[in-house]
Amino acid sequence: MTLLRGIAASGGIAMGRAFLLVEPELSVTKKSILNPNNEIARFHAAVNTVKQQLQIIRDRTETELGEVNAAIFDAHLLVLSDPEIIETVENQVNAGVNAEFALQETSLSLIEIFEQLDDEYLRERVADIKDVTKQVLAELLHVEIPNINLITEEVIIITKDLAPSETVQLNPVFAKGFITDLGGRTSHSAIMARSMGIPAIVGTTTATKIVQNGDFIILNGDSGEIFINPTQELIDHYKEKKAKFEVQMKALERLKNKPTITVDGIRIEIAANIGTPQEVMQVLENGAEGIGLYRTEFLYMERDSLPTEEEQFEAYKTVLEKMEGKPVVIRTLDIGGDKQLPYLHLPEELNPFLGLRAIRLCLQQQDLFRTQLRALLRASCFGNLKIMFPMIATIEEFREAKQLLLEEKKKLQEHGIPVAGTFEIGIMVEIPSTAILANQFAKEVDFFSIGTNDLIQYTFAADRMNEHVSYLYQPYNPAILRLIKMVIDAAHVQGKWVGMCGEMAGDAIAIPLLIGLGLDEFSMSVSSTLKARDQINQLKQSEMKELAKIALSMESSEQVMHYVLNEI
Amino acid sequence: MKKKSYVIITETGIHARPAAGLVKVASKFSSTIQIEKNERKANLKSILGVMSLGLGKGQSFSIYIDGEDEEEVLQELDQFLKSEGLVEI
Repeated sequence: MTLLRGIAASGGIAMGRAFLLVEPELSVTKKSILNPNNEIARFHAAVNTVKQQLQIIRDRTETELGEVNAAIFDAHLLVLSDPEIIETVENQVNAGVNAEFALQETSLSLIEIFEQLDDEYLRERVADIKDVTKQVLAELLHVEIPNINLITEEVIIITKDLAPSETVQLNPVFAKGFITDLGGRTSHSAIMARSMGIPAIVGTTTATKIVQNGDFIILNGDSGEIFINPTQELIDHYKEKKAKFEVQMKALERLKNKPTITVDGIRIEIAANIGTPQEVMQVLENGAEGIGLYRTEFLYMERDSLPTEEEQFEAYKTVLEKMEGKPVVIRTLDIGGDKQLPYLHLPEELNPFLGLRAIRLCLQQQDLFRTQLRALLRASCFGNLKIMFPMIATIEEFREAKQLLLEEKKKLQEHGIPVAGTFEIGIMVEIPSTAILANQFAKEVDFFSIGTNDLIQYTFAADRMNEHVSYLYQPYNPAILRLIKMVIDAAHVQGKWVGMCGEMAGDAIAIPLLIGLGLDEFSMSVSSTLKARDQINQLKQSEMKELAKIALSMESSEQVMHYVLNEI
Repeated sequence: MKKKSYVIITETGIHARPAAGLVKVASKFSSTIQIEKNERKANLKSILGVMSLGLGKGQSFSIYIDGEDEEEVLQELDQFLKSEGLVEI
């Protein structure tokens, strides 16, 4: 048995065989061939095999995920049948080179042509050509490429890093958990895993090298421990633990669609954080009272150009409609820092977390921002929308962002396009300057939402992606608690509400403190919502006020943590 | 051998959907069919070939057809281009 440790990214226990999702190197060498006909036959056989595989995946995708998701495979099939590719490869083979080399050359020259074209759709076809070429090459070279779509048994995925697009593809029926070499607790794959309710461990650095395909794995998403080929005794122990956990989760289901109220009758709102419209389903299934944070970045990522106003409008409208009047806080584009959009061609920065990101970028690239604002405004008629600006550092930034929003609203109305009569406009509080001036901001904003991941990072001047200073990620430190208190008190004086959409909102130690500080809305990963409701239903706000008061006077994060654990 | 020239009038040019339509029409026939823009020719039975020409609004292109059914091919392609509003009637 081997024990491997990583960062506990998404709670729960998962067990199963390892499925290594690591792309093999496909090395192609140029060879002279003597019999072109044999070589061409070999090429056609490989193409046909890949076509058959694609057809199987296509049909399965259509049954499981619908026609729209299956269309990607239609595009692949079309490329694979294209005479431009087939004939060019045949010509090159006839001129005396091997099929692998001919295919690679053909593919590269096509990609070069397509990348120069000034059309988003065409540039996307580059991905199809690359994908199809890779599969045929693998077939020719007798190398197996692991494919998420071909998994038909319960497995633990082991991979270097999971892109958001890949995380979405994971079928929770078979993918019981995942382990990555890279990433941190707040990386996108970790956030997505939590929202999908899949246990995950990230940042192991070596998992893909240590784990072999088919090894039996126990993944403990709460402790960050990975047991590779464990003893039967350990398997039994974890089976029992898992069963207990499942009983607990089952018991929480009674809280679905129930209100969240403290013992002394204070009504609290539990909301969920989402990244894509598809996640709304899980939000509703878990009975959250709203969406406290819709991260619009995913609309902009994993593609080659900006999303159009129409695409954005459809996404926002879908979320608002599905939530049927429940509040939905949509955050405007928060890009920069650890999230980059290569197609914006922004200059590389020495300190991206302190650089041109989020609202700063939007205020500089106003066309991009105005497009998003128009999409939001047009969608505002379809539900209970609240617009939120990220990373506001000064009151001028907020005023400018709001001004642009109102300008776009006026323009739309002048063109007779309907916009909701009222909608709230709020800001994220994640920079200490904004927390300190919260009493000024509170006069102008409709609400605050505290983003703790960044607030902690900026308060302690410690990069949250840098493992050498990870000890400074201290959510319970009285410095953070005092900033949170300033924000909540300032808002309540003006009759405004305060939410929290950072990690802390779903944390069992932080929740009693936040109730004591008077937080109105808690927004968290979908998978934590029922547990948080259960906890809050058992707390008395008057008692938590005392608890928070004492915590605020303490010296360190450690002290606060021990104190809270002893008291509750 | 038949040849006919056109100017594209649609805002979006010949992007993927109409290109796929053209390829579908062309593929029904046995004739050799080529599409040419700025002296670059592509096989009209290949979606990658057609799209790689990047045909945008205001640009002109020619179609060359060679084969037994060339008259029929020209009629059908001409009709497709016009009915889709890609070129002037």
